Amino acid sequence: MTETTVLDRSRDLSQPLDRLGPDESMKDRSDYLRGTISEGLLDRITGAVPDQDDVKLMKFHGIYQQDDRDLRDERRRQKLEPAYQFMIRVRLPGGVCTPAQWLKLDELARAHGGETLRITTRQTFQFHWVLKDSLRPIIQGLHDTLLDTVAACGDDSRGVMCTVDPQSSRFHAEVAAMAKRVSDHVIPKTRAYHEIWYGSERVGGSEPEEPFYGRTYMPRKFKIGFALPPSNDIDVYAQDLGFIAIGEEGGLEGFNVVIGGGMGRTDQAPETYPRLASLIGFVPVDRVIACAEAVMAVQRDYGDRKDRQHARFKYTIDDKGLDWIKAEIERRMGGPLGEARPFAFTSNGDSYGWNTTPDGRHHRTLIIENGRLDLKLLDALRDLARVHRGAFRLTANQNLIVAGVRTEDRPAIDAILAEHFPDIDHFSILRRNAIACVALPTCGLAMAESERYLPTLLDRIEAILAENGLSEEPITVRMSGCPNGCSRPYIAEIGLTGRAPGKYNLYLGGGFHGERLNRMIRENVGEAVILEILADTLGRYAREREPGEHFGDFTIRAGIVREVTEGRLFND
Amino acid sequence: MIAPELPGNPLTLDQWRQVEGLTRSLDPMQVRWLSGYFAGLDAGLRQPQSQPASLVAARRLTILYGTETGNAAELARTLATALADKGLTATLYDMADYKVRQLGQEQDVLIIVSTYGEGDPPQPATGFFEFTESRKAPKLAGTRFAVLALGDSTYEYYCQAGKRLDQRLEELGGQRLADRVDCDVDYEDPAAAWTAAISDQLASEAPAVRPSGTVQHAALAAPQSAYDKRNPFPAPIIENIAIVGRGSSKETRHIEFSLAGSGLVYEPGDALGIAASNDPTVVSDLLSALDLAPEATFELKGQTSTIGEALAHRFEITAATPRFLDYWALLSEAALLRQLQEEDRAGERSVFLRTHHIVDIVRRFPVQNVMPQGFISALRPLQPRLYSLASSLSATPGEAHLTVAPVRYSLHGAPRSGVASGLLADRAEIDTVLPVYVQSNQHFRLPATDAPILMIGAGTGIAPYRAFLQEREARGISARSWLFFGERNFRTDFLYQTEWQSWLKDGTLTRMDVAFSRDRADKIYVQHRMKEQARDIFAWLEEGAHVYVCGDAANLAPDVHEALIDIVAHEARTGREAAEDYVRSLQADHRYQRDVY
Repeated sequence: MTETTVLDRSRDLSQPLDRLGPDESMKDRSDYLRGTISEGLLDRITGAVPDQDDVKLMKFHGIYQQDDRDLRDERRRQKLEPAYQFMIRVRLPGGVCTPAQWLKLDELARAHGGETLRITTRQTFQFHWVLKDSLRPIIQGLHDTLLDTVAACGDDSRGVMCTVDPQSSRFHAEVAAMAKRVSDHVIPKTRAYHEIWYGSERVGGSEPEEPFYGRTYMPRKFKIGFALPPSNDIDVYAQDLGFIAIGEEGGLEGFNVVIGGGMGRTDQAPETYPRLASLIGFVPVDRVIACAEAVMAVQRDYGDRKDRQHARFKYTIDDKGLDWIKAEIERRMGGPLGEARPFAFTSNGDSYGWNTTPDGRHHRTLIIENGRLDLKLLDALRDLARVHRGAFRLTANQNLIVAGVRTEDRPAIDAILAEHFPDIDHFSILRRNAIACVALPTCGLAMAESERYLPTLLDRIEAILAENGLSEEPITVRMSGCPNGCSRPYIAEIGLTGRAPGKYNLYLGGGFHGERLNRMIRENVGEAVILEILADTLGRYAREREPGEHFGDFTIRAGIVREVTEGRLFND
Repeated sequence: MIAPELPGNPLTLDQWRQVEGLTRSLDPMQVRWLSGYFAGLDAGLRQPQSQPASLVAARRLTILYGTETGNAAELARTLATALADKGLTATLYDMADYKVRQLGQEQDVLIIVSTYGEGDPPQPATGFFEFTESRKAPKLAGTRFAVLALGDSTYEYYCQAGKRLDQRLEELGGQRLADRVDCDVDYEDPAAAWTAAISDQLASEAPAVRPSGTVQHAALAAPQSAYDKRNPFPAPIIENIAIVGRGSSKETRHIEFSLAGSGLVYEPGDALGIAASNDPTVVSDLLSALDLAPEATFELKGQTSTIGEALAHRFEITAATPRFLDYWALLSEAALLRQLQEEDRAGERSVFLRTHHIVDIVRRFPVQNVMPQGFISALRPLQPRLYSLASSLSATPGEAHLTVAPVRYSLHGAPRSGVASGLLADRAEIDTVLPVYVQSNQHFRLPATDAPILMIGAGTGIAPYRAFLQEREARGISARSWLFFGERNFRTDFLYQTEWQSWLKDGTLTRMDVAFSRDRADKIYVQHRMKEQARDIFAWLEEGAHVYVCGDAANLAPDVHEALIDIVAHEARTGREAAEDYVRSLQADHRYQRDVY
């Protein structure tokens, strides 16, 4: 698009509400995310929040209303409403928390969260199985330990991610602090959260409640992440806005900026597609906040507010043109972006075992299968949190790092690990790199199992790998229960998205460090077909691969999969 | 009494002395007869052609019944019919509808009343008992009475309500027409004998044969149908599911019967009687404890039966009665049982009976060579179990829905369950056929007008309100309704939750408040929720709302009753007595109705 082309503004913020999608009016009339949530919490006749607008508004407060889908049919016959419950997602910028915060999260999960916590694919905690009456106790409990759930969901900037891989930790503290600053800067400023959850009085004021967002917030969610090469553990190309740390001997200099990543798509809707973020330049450290605000403002003002399926930043970029978008960002920043600096990623996985950083601290990565902390794991980690003096870091691969351990504390940590996790290092390489979303029974979007099924499928894939002598080869496997892609399946070497119970789309050819989308090679098939295709492809890989060649790269070179060079060609 | 002091007395002093002397020598019956005689004579003197005998006025004859389940009402109607056949006209009143001030004017009163709980009268008759047993009760010098008392010998205060009235009427100066007859749950035969005797006696006194008597029924006639308690309809089960969610501490079930082809009709508030058979395991356990073969025979009313069949279908074989205790004490000569028979051991006796089923007694005090004949004679007939109907025929034609919580407990290390509820929960499947009948309940009825209704229930006490709302929805009644419901846990025990939700949405149900006692440390019950809404409840009452209470008789009913009194006292800013009067007058106006068990 050129300067002279007339810009299409028929679908964005410039239009009156009645010409935009219904959610825009809903947000507008919500009185800055208040709605009638407080009243709904008091309704004793239902375990849900009865007003549908409120259900959507609660997401902006980090809360998803869900129900136990395993029980839906049974309860309908019993004349009982669905087993409503809530998922609460914590805002944890950069995925770092203190042992004291861990103990509080643990306590709340035991009291109100079905004795389980989940580490998400965006480096935070989710409480599941929370009943309506427990929402306030949890949120107030989090507040006690300086945590909140603001904007953990909703049409706003979601939790800001940051690489936690210890091997990239030269600038970790600095970049993590930046992630926190950006998160604090871009979250909604409405007092609604304080009023509803902490019981604060509403105070009037002449200041606008949302100086940046305005009454209708973003067109859709907006995801920001910071990556520290060589690790791309956060999948920076899957972010709406990604910052890639660039540093030299002298320290952190700034960030390469990538924009327009996003996973979500819809089956049978070829106009929807996953897209990897595009590199547009470099910003120095002191311009990061200005850059983030400029990028978000462009999406806020030009994003599609008519059709939520087409509202993510990736579509705005492809509709308006990357050059035009970059120019608009630069215009709002008041100056051009620098030229992108060279960098190299090697993996989007985690490193395992003990790692020691130049500061003399030690870091132990614990594999948490699917990020699910059951009571046994909670018990172990509670013991650990009571003695640990460093921090806990949550990885984007749903694992946990006991970070910043002093040399003299290592034996104590090791003793606890040995006591609780004698098998901690027995996870196969395949399993360490695998991600599954939650899906059934709690996620309302799931069409097929994910978290509960992936371990079984991995058993079978491991058998194929063993037959082919590939057990030591790192291969990324990611499964989502629906095409929205919370587990970032479209950049996995083996991707699976749910279509129906027991049926999945199978994707191959993703880049090992998150640099290339995969392509669907079989649609809506069951386990037998999936295993048949994998056995065949992995067999060829074992026989025909070149030294050091990753499985995803092989499938492209061997012509098994046609490379996807751009998101909008994903469905071709 | 000096004649001139009586206003309008036309008698001379001499005539008066004669009357006075005669009066002193008369018993009340003679007084009553004479009063009739003089009344007739008066008419005769003005119509000299008439025969003196036929001029004797018939005595006013009144039948009063007190009932919850309708048995006493049915017997009262039978009595009225029997009297009519003899040419006697009786007026029939439900005690609930009877104007108590009229009692002083009654001449012959025939009473049929059942007993509940701890010797209490039927709930609808509470007002009648309160009046009769109070100081306000009139002297009944000229009144004759007879009492037929219904009860259940399983309970300590057997037939107590009847005994109370029988004694009280005597205290008030009434004269017994016949000795009181107490009937156990197998009341049919003794009741028929009493009815026959009373109607014969009254007919023989009648001065002359009159054309034919009539029954004047002050209450509504019960619906007639081809099937009834004596002839239940074999109804197939068409639905039987647990309606509490996983993890519930309850087992409450929703059960639907098909009444298709039965012609049975019912109204919201009525109950369904189920003539359930005993659990075959309980039967075989008892037979083996008795060392009797199921084929062993006995004779009853001239018919030979096997004990296996009788124990399975015809007699109560779980809870022991005082009668059974007497029988087994005699047979076993066990010291403990002998002791329990003593007059002043009522408390111990009732504890023993609560904690020992028949089989437990038989096992604990074994007896050799028990005769089937004797054993059967110590048992009482198996009674049908009543369940409040949870459906309205307007909404579910040809169906009867029940809400049943199985009765389960453990005794002497063995699990026990209720006869009918255990059957429904454990041994009844779709297409299982059970004998059922409709038990009318005139004392739990939707208002005839479009008055607001306040429904209070806990547990399975919710059942009739489902029927109420189905009925109101089907009839398009838009009057306000408010439901208070209590159970243990919100997530699993919110019975019929989605139905209330949709009724709230469409306005059939105006408001609903719930109390779940086990969701939090501080236990919340319906009466607490009522008190939270005291102002609105009182406003509804003032606007003519009808109040219904259904559920547990031991706790819910008295707690809700107290809450109502508190609410009235608080909101009307009156004292407790005035509030009690207010609530009592709600009862008297039939605006406060209970179905508790």
